[in-house]
Amino acid sequence: MTKRPLSFYLLAAFFGLFVLFLYGPMFAIFLLSLQGEEGGLTFPMRGFSFYWLGQVFQEQRVGSFTESFVRSMALGLAVVLLSVIVSVMAGLAFRSRFRGATLLFYLTISSLIVPSVLVSLGIGITFQVLGLETQWFSSGLGAHLTWTVPFAFLIVLGVFNRFNPSYEEAARDLGASDPKTFWEIVFPLIAPSLIGISLLAFTLSYDEFTRTSLVSGQKNTLPLEVFGMTTNVTSPALYALGTLTTLFSFTMITLAFLTFRFFSKRQAQ
Amino acid sequence: MTKTWKTYQPYALALPQTLVFLLFLILPILMIGLVSFWQFNGYAMVREFTLGNYTDIFTSNVYVSTYLNTFKYVLLVWFFCLAIAFPVAYFLAFHIQNQSLQIILFLVCTVPFWTSNIIRMISWIPVLGKEGLINSLLMHLNLVQEPVTWLLYSDFAVVLGMVHLYSFFMIAPIFNSMMRIERNLITAAEDMGASGWQILREVILPLSAPGIAIGSIFVVTLVMGEYVTVRLMGGGQSASVGKLIQTQIGSLQYPLAAANAVILLIVTLILVIGILRVVDIRKEL
Repeated sequence: MTKRPLSFYLLAAFFGLFVLFLYGPMFAIFLLSLQGEEGGLTFPMRGFSFYWLGQVFQEQRVGSFTESFVRSMALGLAVVLLSVIVSVMAGLAFRSRFRGATLLFYLTISSLIVPSVLVSLGIGITFQVLGLETQWFSSGLGAHLTWTVPFAFLIVLGVFNRFNPSYEEAARDLGASDPKTFWEIVFPLIAPSLIGISLLAFTLSYDEFTRTSLVSGQKNTLPLEVFGMTTNVTSPALYALGTLTTLFSFTMITLAFLTFRFFSKRQAQ
Repeated sequence: MTKTWKTYQPYALALPQTLVFLLFLILPILMIGLVSFWQFNGYAMVREFTLGNYTDIFTSNVYVSTYLNTFKYVLLVWFFCLAIAFPVAYFLAFHIQNQSLQIILFLVCTVPFWTSNIIRMISWIPVLGKEGLINSLLMHLNLVQEPVTWLLYSDFAVVLGMVHLYSFFMIAPIFNSMMRIERNLITAAEDMGASGWQILREVILPLSAPGIAIGSIFVVTLVMGEYVTVRLMGGGQSASVGKLIQTQIGSLQYPLAAANAVILLIVTLILVIGILRVVDIRKEL
């Protein structure tokens, strides 16, 4: 064991402060959402109860979370299904050379770096010019895809990069057709990664705000509902909601991470 | 027959993804471009050509200062993200030898990115607010007599919030670049008698430049279109182009909002191209 240089301890302290900066506020609202009924928006905590967590599921003066939660879930599932199908197809295409591949690659990446407000405004204007009504399941869905598909696509590329093609070649040599090879060989092998991608795409969609903000139509998704509440809710119910959605996201991420790890372990064997 | 299918197969497979981006990215941007030349009659857009939206923007002090304010945010957030991300990535890449610990610590930095931005901003209220943790601490220590008011709903809070949200976009690419640096190069530099500082400046910094560039592109583009943080963390006078566009849409001034969006896109592209000019990132892709 060599002696660690001073720089190690300084950097470790810096890293610790950064983690505190990242998680501290989250932890603060987590604590504040566990206050008693008389609780307020700031410390010190007044009492301890699960009252405010329960309040989230009640009808609020300013609207209902349950409805927008259901909407966000439905939208998330649709986004996941489409993102996975679209990106796996594109990923398969990128395994062979084709004209326009580079262009499609940059088009996909550019979707990540175009300011989100532009996507939202653009889709909103397009629907208006075409005389269509914006809805969370049409224009909102499209806006979400511009955010989730690039991430899904990049991960799919990574998965196929490490994919051993000899299994497929064996299947083809034995006379399997392309669809048969895909469904019986490739798909089972990439399935765990697809679960991981689905969970990540789901959290991205579930938390997405800016791209949806102008195109959700009459009915709000959950983040839009929360945003609306920030101006007129002055009870810890807001924090309780934040705590619950954050825990929900954490669960998704943990599951995603576990499936990826399970997959890479199995690959290694 | 099978021959032709084989040639067309990749195109068929790539078609859905191409359509997604043509329909929901390219077409909308073209539409923004089109509508930015339309007129506005007070309650709806009129399909008649005008340059008025652009001349309005360039001749109005309010708009110009909003753009300048946005640049200020971009510059500050970029600087602090880099100042945080570089040491953090360096620590993870070069000081943590245990590989699983390295992955876990990297994930610790990554996880908040996958949670709601709005909730993350709300979380600052009990910390920075007038009766928040920082203020009670300062009062308790008798460092101030009155609560500090510029901690929340100010430009300070906006920059802090954005650094909180976007530092991940800087850490990930820099960490990625650093992990690719051949460790032999560092050993070689050490053998030649380079000091730790020299290694950092002459070996690690140039080799992690592509990561810095990719991170900068993300941070710059994200901040350019920022709206949520400016609304939630900024005071009434905090202005950004994103918020401006949002307000204009609120009053249905689509052509004016579109013109602003076009300028925003052009400025963002210029910044991105500028970054790409300085650093060649192709090796990373």
